[in-house]
Amino acid sequence: MTQSSAGFGTPRWLLAACAAPAFTFFAAFWLLPVARLVALPADKGWATYFVILTDGRYAQSMVNTLLLSITVTAVTLLLGGAVGIYLARRRFVGRRVLLSLLTLPLSFPGVIVGFFVILLGGRQGLVPTLGASIGIPRLTFAYGLLGLFLAYLYFSLPRAIATYTAAAEAMDVRLEEAARALGASRLRITRDVWLPQLAPTSIATGAILFATSMGAFGTAFTLASKYEVVPITIYNEFTNYANFALAASLSIALGLVTWAVLFAARLIVGNSEVAR
Amino acid sequence: MTSLRSTAAARAPLLFAVTLVVSVFMLAPMALSLMAGLVKNYSAGLKSGLTTRWLAQVWEVYGDTVGASLLIGLGCVGATLLLGVPCAYMLARSRSRAARVFEEVLTLPVAVPGLATALALILVYGQMASFRQSFGFILVGHIVFTLPFMVRIVAAAFQREELVALEEAARTLGAGFRQRFLGVLVPAVFPAIVAGCLMVFTLSIGEFNLTWMLHTPLTRTLPVGLADSYASMRIEVGSAYTLIFLAVILPVLWALQWLAAALQNRYGV
Repeated sequence: MTQSSAGFGTPRWLLAACAAPAFTFFAAFWLLPVARLVALPADKGWATYFVILTDGRYAQSMVNTLLLSITVTAVTLLLGGAVGIYLARRRFVGRRVLLSLLTLPLSFPGVIVGFFVILLGGRQGLVPTLGASIGIPRLTFAYGLLGLFLAYLYFSLPRAIATYTAAAEAMDVRLEEAARALGASRLRITRDVWLPQLAPTSIATGAILFATSMGAFGTAFTLASKYEVVPITIYNEFTNYANFALAASLSIALGLVTWAVLFAARLIVGNSEVAR
Repeated sequence: MTSLRSTAAARAPLLFAVTLVVSVFMLAPMALSLMAGLVKNYSAGLKSGLTTRWLAQVWEVYGDTVGASLLIGLGCVGATLLLGVPCAYMLARSRSRAARVFEEVLTLPVAVPGLATALALILVYGQMASFRQSFGFILVGHIVFTLPFMVRIVAAAFQREELVALEEAARTLGAGFRQRFLGVLVPAVFPAIVAGCLMVFTLSIGEFNLTWMLHTPLTRTLPVGLADSYASMRIEVGSAYTLIFLAVILPVLWALQWLAAALQNRYGV
């Protein structure tokens, strides 16, 4: 009995030996360093842990990041869901190529996405140049909030499109058929058939998109935006002011927010969906 | 069924419009950067003619970052295989509480922003100059970040019912643990291992959030070089460098995807 509970005949010590290298590595290069990071703000007094709430500048940065991430997540789910459903149902020439091109940016570092937005809306960008040629000056948007929003949307959409396409392909067509045969309107089909079937995917994907947006550093770094987000604040505290305790405190706050959202999503929809 | 699907789509002008707009938004920057990296003068557009001058300039200044990134990506795949596959087996077979806790903790580097992990590594190991200034420092960061992906994908495969039975059969036939593990289990989960490698390699090659903090002027990876070129070079050079990034990553991605699909067809997993 003890044998089987230890894993179908593989003794406990052997299982432990299997995990030992990974555990040792992980303890040395993540657990220990992070424990140090978590303890660091205490050197400057307990209040350091709460600067994100007490200091107006940092609180503002956190609010900025939350608002941006929530908006980007909502818009991405909406657009990605529409594209996913369309691509899952429609068969046309070049569909597979289009799908693979649309999901290609999953492998891009954030800096490339920032650069793409500069190509679109920077000083020499496509939109300002086109605007100037038809007589509308100063359409540069890359370095403001709109540029940041579009960049975050750009790196979020591929994940949403990929998961929604897969989820919509797996959807039960008979339900919709039945609803239509019974005379349901398109709105009712969307509300009563599509939404419930896609709800688990939406929660899981939404949590991942939100977490990715909260922690995104490369994109904001490339755009050097005036709209400050927490990863940039942390980076500035660390490199420009060498304020390690503060950078650590802000990192902990950011980590807690993203982890809590992912954890909550897993509680709601179960482990398998939030595994990326 | 097909007729229902296509008529349903034909009656969805809104979905079509959204797909069109999103596709243009996603593809236009790629096309734009392709063009910008190859024209003589970006402001003048295609009229100014095509050139490989910018590509050559990128290769001269940042050529070393390509090799560095590929090596780190491969090193990361190797390390996550060695550390991750046995660990995945343990997590799939053990029902102890400690195993569940470890599984949860192991995925934290994915949930916690890369910047925090990088700061933590610098706090503890930043003073060890020879380690801090080597590519090993970046590699360690990448392994910590990618290990959970390898472990999760492979552990899910190890958990399958028929594998448990297969292992049991091999054991009753007298196969030792080594023989069971390397001769039966690993081949059976091979498609999952390939999928894990694909994931780990892609993540490592594109990693920036951690790497920017961990790099030194002498240890630059491709994304670090990209950020540097975007900030300090003309737009044509940045575009040409982006092209080189795509030229490096696309063949590898396609080859691995092809391999994964071929294995899927063969083993049907």
